[in-house]
Amino acid sequence: MENAVSESAIPETVWTQVGSIDDIPVLGSRVVRTADGDIALFRTAADEVFALEDACPHKQGPLSQGIVHGRRVTCPLHNWVIELATGEAVAPDEGRTGHVPVRVEGRSVAIALGEAKLSRGGCRKACGHV
Amino acid sequence: MDMHLSSNNGLAVESDAVELNETELLSAGPARERLVVVGNGMAGMKTVEELLAKAPGRFDITVFGAEPHPNYNRIMLSPVLAGEKTFDQIVLNSREWYDANGITLLTGEPVEGIDRAGKTVVSQSGRVVPYDRLLIATGSMPFIIPVPGSTLPGVIGFRDLADVDAMLAAAEKGGRAVVIGGGLLGLEAANGLRVKGMDVTVVHLMPTLMERQLDPSAGMLLQRELERRGIEMLTGADTAEIVGNEWVSAVRLKDGRELPADIVVMAVGIRPNMALGKAAGLDCGRGIRVDDQMRTSDPSIYAVGECVEHRGLTYGLVAPLFDMAKVLAHDLAGGEGGAYAGSVTSTKLKVTGVDVFSAGDFSGGEGTEDIVFRDAARGVYKRLVLKDGKLLGAVLYGDTKDGAWYFSLLKDCADVSAERDTMIFGQGFGGGDAGDPNAAIAALPDSAEICGCNGVCKGTIVKAITEKGLTSLDEVKAHTKASASCGGCSGTVERLLAVTLGDGFTAAPKVKPMCKCTHHTHDQVRAAIVDRGLKTMAEVFQAMEWTTPDGCASCRPALNYYLLCAWPGEYRDDYQSRYINERAHANIQKDGTYSVVPRMWGGLTSAAELRAIADVVDKFAIPTVKVTGGQRIDLFGVKKEDLPAVWADLNAAGMVSGHAYAKGLRTVKTCVGSEWCRFGTQDSTGLGVKLERMTWGTWTPHKVKLAVSGCPRNCAEATIKDLGVVCIDSGYELHVGGNGGLHVRACDLLVRVATEEEVLEYTGAFMQLYREEARYLERTAPWLERVGLDHIKAALVEDPERRRALNARFLFSQTFSQDDPWAERAAKGVDRHEFNLLAEVG
Repeated sequence: MENAVSESAIPETVWTQVGSIDDIPVLGSRVVRTADGDIALFRTAADEVFALEDACPHKQGPLSQGIVHGRRVTCPLHNWVIELATGEAVAPDEGRTGHVPVRVEGRSVAIALGEAKLSRGGCRKACGHV
Repeated sequence: MDMHLSSNNGLAVESDAVELNETELLSAGPARERLVVVGNGMAGMKTVEELLAKAPGRFDITVFGAEPHPNYNRIMLSPVLAGEKTFDQIVLNSREWYDANGITLLTGEPVEGIDRAGKTVVSQSGRVVPYDRLLIATGSMPFIIPVPGSTLPGVIGFRDLADVDAMLAAAEKGGRAVVIGGGLLGLEAANGLRVKGMDVTVVHLMPTLMERQLDPSAGMLLQRELERRGIEMLTGADTAEIVGNEWVSAVRLKDGRELPADIVVMAVGIRPNMALGKAAGLDCGRGIRVDDQMRTSDPSIYAVGECVEHRGLTYGLVAPLFDMAKVLAHDLAGGEGGAYAGSVTSTKLKVTGVDVFSAGDFSGGEGTEDIVFRDAARGVYKRLVLKDGKLLGAVLYGDTKDGAWYFSLLKDCADVSAERDTMIFGQGFGGGDAGDPNAAIAALPDSAEICGCNGVCKGTIVKAITEKGLTSLDEVKAHTKASASCGGCSGTVERLLAVTLGDGFTAAPKVKPMCKCTHHTHDQVRAAIVDRGLKTMAEVFQAMEWTTPDGCASCRPALNYYLLCAWPGEYRDDYQSRYINERAHANIQKDGTYSVVPRMWGGLTSAAELRAIADVVDKFAIPTVKVTGGQRIDLFGVKKEDLPAVWADLNAAGMVSGHAYAKGLRTVKTCVGSEWCRFGTQDSTGLGVKLERMTWGTWTPHKVKLAVSGCPRNCAEATIKDLGVVCIDSGYELHVGGNGGLHVRACDLLVRVATEEEVLEYTGAFMQLYREEARYLERTAPWLERVGLDHIKAALVEDPERRRALNARFLFSQTFSQDDPWAERAAKGVDRHEFNLLAEVG
């Protein structure tokens, strides 16, 4: 939301509560099912939570089933490594999966589906996201 | 003369106050404003000290202290408890100092109330003192968790000298102490009590110690060190009750464990002590709310230290208190423009001999990167978190001398791009081009220990290189023993060679490391796990100097296997380090569904089993049913959330997991053998069942397939299996190292034996040799080609004692692995989260 001009035209972020951080295993993942498909929530060793579209940019492997290490996940199908924060594939692979803003307050985790940058059709709001 | 209030006021009441004060002061001539300080602790007295330095004699100062002591350095209570310092040594301002500065000090006299209208305070003893300005610096109180028994005598906080005295009195009698809370204060208390001779157990709610200040790696190192000092650590432990009648006798945990205790130290955290401010009607949140000038909602009343809430934050460390005190003193002294903007904090643990430092934010986040340095020999772990060329956070364990440097880089938001590659070595790292790791080695003194295992110093190695003309790592190893044990320092020794010989040195061809997280090979890591007794992944990361905080998808499953193999029954399987198939106990398919293969012992099944399978297929609308190459039935297209229910139905018919997803024993394929076949020489099916019963459930470096053929016609294709038995008239041929996959490899004949018992013993021994020696994800065929058939024969055939020992180790490890994972999940609810959605929204 870097662009202040477009931000003025955007309604306030809607956060959807999806559960507690304790429901996600450390270095693990859980799935949230939405009308737009499955979202994988990941928890790192440092208790950060990230949300990605549950589909690898390569062959749509379920990233939620991969191994989490650092701030990355390795896809269970063909070992592509994806950055949790951006959905970007780590070189030499190229591609990007959608990612969803996450807010953790106390132990409670919420996602902003309206702000999601899903690979299916890109950002759903014209806010300058690529 | 007192213009700062009117200059930045906005409230009528403030203007009135200023006018009133000015009128008073002008009329009273030399009469001074009266400043009353409630709280004789570090924040209040720092403010007074700063004020005296800036505007001596400006105020007539009265200080109330609840404790009966002069002002002392509260953060040094831990060394007092440990007996490393006396109380006199931690006194900051003696009574003489108060006298010399004309300060009225009233100790042992807590203030009970504030009359804001009349501008007076009243103490417990009834003394009423008027003020023009009032400073509340009442600090904080230990938070006592409200469990039953928390008010029993013998439950002590860790806040003031009285608490320390109570602990010391208890320690004199010896006995057992339970410290609740594995944070900074709790660990310092635990260490002090241990030093004083008590048996100490720390009960900590979170999985790692000091989780707010340390990352899991540093927390693990700290835990090991404190355990080494004899302090028992219970992490992930939740207190349910404190037990006792007239005095504490035990702490009971929620899991039912009861820990005997002669004293209980409650050190789970602190709460701002804002009672006085609240009672006086000041605006309070989690603490007494103050603005950037440390003013409360009453313009005549200020607050500093742990009792305040500033911009929504409360603080419990000394540095922020001092920052606040400076701003307030500036303001009180008549200065302008001072504003407290919050503090970046750093932490040091005050336990002698344990160096721990942390600062800033090391939880990471978008766009951050980690620089990790581990020196196993010195027990050092350092982690820096960078973002956009700036230092965001730092965690140091074992070597904290650069803590202050990192902290200043962090506070200044300095651009560290230029130092990025070398800053982990510290500020003292000098000479050479930035980014040249050899320079760090060159800068080391001759006395620096390079090889921790064999105690070899830099000087010794350099001398050997120059005097004996050594040019390779192996030569240095042979002459000095440096890097001859664990090999952890081999990189450093190579750099020493490079630094000493200059261009005359060419590095040995690199052996392939396990993964990018380490420069060690699979074999080195495995050897270290066994030889040095490394029993957790975190210990391996540290001992073998991993460059990542928590490994990667390549090394973690391997380490999990190596640890499981080395410490059966002892190592706790790390679920998150397993591939999805081994977590879900089914095989993931390209569409994200799973396939399910129940075990069919030796390829045998029955009408009841087939009927149950058919029912499951109908009930769960399983789209594809296929007979596998391993003589079993594969159910394809099962939804993940259906897996436990599918397993429950299969379990009910007596079937268990076929481990078709495991780096472990898959199937034992058989032909029908002498029971039916006119050519059969032995009961191959029966032997297959026995082998499968013995070997199922084992974890191995890669998948393992067995087969038993009833005669040399070999209908079970036993000679392209990892281990194949071919029955002959005189007994059994054992073939090993075959593979029918990508590179077809026929087995090598290992041995001929006469009895089934021998077949079982050889099989157990072969499995164990493979388990212990092969690298993770190395099938038996490439393993055999790498080590040679002779090596395997030497271990199994030529050395019966070793064979028996290997078999015994295999059977021992099997006692921990033969639980049906499906039943655990279907009936006992193990890993339920794996199969359920977190939420369904939209």
